Amino acid sequence: MARNISMRQALNEALDQEMSRDPRVILMGEDIAGGAGGEGEIDAWGGPLGVTKGLIHKHPGRVLDTPLSESAFVGAAIGAAVCGMRPVAELMFIDFMGVCFDQIFNQAAKFKYMFGGKAETPVVIRTMVGAGFRAAAQHSQMLTPLFTHIPGLKVVCPSNAYDAKGLLIQSIRDNDPVIFCEHKNLYGIEADVPAESYAIPFGEANVVREGADCTIVTYGMMVHRAMDAARELAKGGVLGQSHRFECDVIDLRTLSPIDWDTVLESVEKTGRCVCVDEAHPRCSIASDVAAKVGQEVYHSLKGPVQMVTAPHTPVPFSPVLEDMYIPSAARIVEAVKKTMAN
Amino acid sequence: MTDNRIIPIVMPKWGLSMKEGKVTGWLVEDGKEINVGEAILEIETDKIAGAVESTDAGVLRRRVGAADTTYPVKALLGVIADKSVPDSEIETYVASYVTPAAEEDGEDAAPAYENVDAGGGSLRYAKRGSGDETVILIHGFGGDLDNWLFNIDAIAENATVYALDLPGHGQSGKAIANPSVEGLARTVLAFMDALKVEKAHLVGHSLGGAIAMQVAKAAPARVQSMTLIASAGLGAEINMDYISGFVGAASRKELKPVLEMLFADPGQVSRQMTEDILKFKRLDGVDAALKSLADGVFKGGKQQALLGPGSVRAVAIWGRDDRILPAAHAANAGSARVEIIDGAGHMVQMEQASRVNALIKENIAKG
Repeated sequence: MARNISMRQALNEALDQEMSRDPRVILMGEDIAGGAGGEGEIDAWGGPLGVTKGLIHKHPGRVLDTPLSESAFVGAAIGAAVCGMRPVAELMFIDFMGVCFDQIFNQAAKFKYMFGGKAETPVVIRTMVGAGFRAAAQHSQMLTPLFTHIPGLKVVCPSNAYDAKGLLIQSIRDNDPVIFCEHKNLYGIEADVPAESYAIPFGEANVVREGADCTIVTYGMMVHRAMDAARELAKGGVLGQSHRFECDVIDLRTLSPIDWDTVLESVEKTGRCVCVDEAHPRCSIASDVAAKVGQEVYHSLKGPVQMVTAPHTPVPFSPVLEDMYIPSAARIVEAVKKTMAN
Repeated sequence: MTDNRIIPIVMPKWGLSMKEGKVTGWLVEDGKEINVGEAILEIETDKIAGAVESTDAGVLRRRVGAADTTYPVKALLGVIADKSVPDSEIETYVASYVTPAAEEDGEDAAPAYENVDAGGGSLRYAKRGSGDETVILIHGFGGDLDNWLFNIDAIAENATVYALDLPGHGQSGKAIANPSVEGLARTVLAFMDALKVEKAHLVGHSLGGAIAMQVAKAAPARVQSMTLIASAGLGAEINMDYISGFVGAASRKELKPVLEMLFADPGQVSRQMTEDILKFKRLDGVDAALKSLADGVFKGGKQQALLGPGSVRAVAIWGRDDRILPAAHAANAGSARVEIIDGAGHMVQMEQASRVNALIKENIAKG
């Protein structure tokens, strides 16, 4: 049965159902059970954004509040995973990930390789990403490219409640370490989500809108901006042409592995490509996609590949500047116009 | 608005989720005489494209809906009236037409889908209409009750219609206790028991046709008539590329070409249709259910249950371009009246809905 629920509820349901299905699944993180200074649910937040709320009662002893020490509990989660558990650690903001890079980059990501495939590290690190939350430069970054860069890690970033549930379930069942990136501004958005468990395979992009004129490749919250832009372009007149301008909008869903086939097939069809990424422009998902398109389907291109990204600056605290910082639908429309001008 | 000489053509509602549709083009000119069931314009939704058929005879007096334009469900798209109705009245009708508010899935509205426990699991079904005759629609392998999108409301005009999701399908329970035609026929009988349906007209598509024939074989007194649409159970041959392709497909790229085998016009397979089926296939338990059913009913690449309509009145309908089950199997349908329809593949009830609906209604009307 499907019903409309928020991404927050969808994530909660994914954790709940996997914990019921598999006793090896445990949750670890700051304030995910009782919360600071309180006991039981009296003070429980369910994590800073309420995702784990209520799970401590359904799964007693398996929702573990940790000290405010990311390096310790992320390391502990990775260790538990190597020893046969399936921990899901919640690391509040991706911005704090730096204090546990050794555990993630040098340990979790390397075990399978360095032990000749004999060790598995089925850990999931859930973390919040993205700007627009008025949370300033140290709590607003889109650091997906950092983790995508590292072989041995899988990187997931859903754009909606349906994908969030299916991708989190797949992340928990997966035998490799997964960095699961949740955009802060998407927790409230609702979608039709089946009550049953389901897993969405990694490396399968979702074509959320179809069109013959231009390909927009993106993920996370930018899927919504890209859809706004595509709708605007489809109204007609935007490009000074009478015909309605239709875009393929590709939601990558997982950044590692990435579904190159869907991206390249689409660009072969449209001949134009706009890469939209909320991360900084250098060494980003956008530049990665642009390079691949330039390399593989150069002869299909009818115009230069465009990138729409955040600027190469920290995320500003001023709300006015922060809104300017985040790529907008208008900027995506401009980028499409630019590639069409050729 | 109660003037029954003026008949509105409105944006149809094809399925629960449809809120709006796009007029892609008109098939008839202003001033043309129209017959009941004639296709008059084409509509496209995010799920499917299809033709709107006239429910009444008359003259197409005004085409209101413009091509390439999107309208909400029930919006006025055109007006049919007799020649005797003056133009001024048509103008007034068009000008004063108010699109009724969409029936939201509010608290008061009857639920679109219900569930009943029968045959050892939960079965989802839709119920439409309230006529004296009872009709049960049984979908095929890998399908669900939405396969009857273009049929259920038309049949419900003068019958009580139930469309169910078979076990392992749609939003019914995913376990199939006995993955065979016989086992599924028992489930259909249990479904009839649970809903206190003593006798019914069975309409089965594909594997659903074989299930209908098995129900008739097991309990002939409970089956008033059968409409067998591109039915299984009438020959050994089955396109196993389709069956194993459907079972094995895990991505859009793999699934789309498989689904295209179902239609004479592969353009019918939309992005949304593919995505909806993938959403179903991703549910825990579906993979195992489909595999066990395929192994049970198509063992060794051949249909295991060979049946016939027996003494029950039956109509066998086939799309001429069926690539899943050959239309030649219609010859094995015994006493059944056979109708082969051009311009349709395996999903003939979707591709040529009005023709199929007319045949189903005609069969039911015989009591």
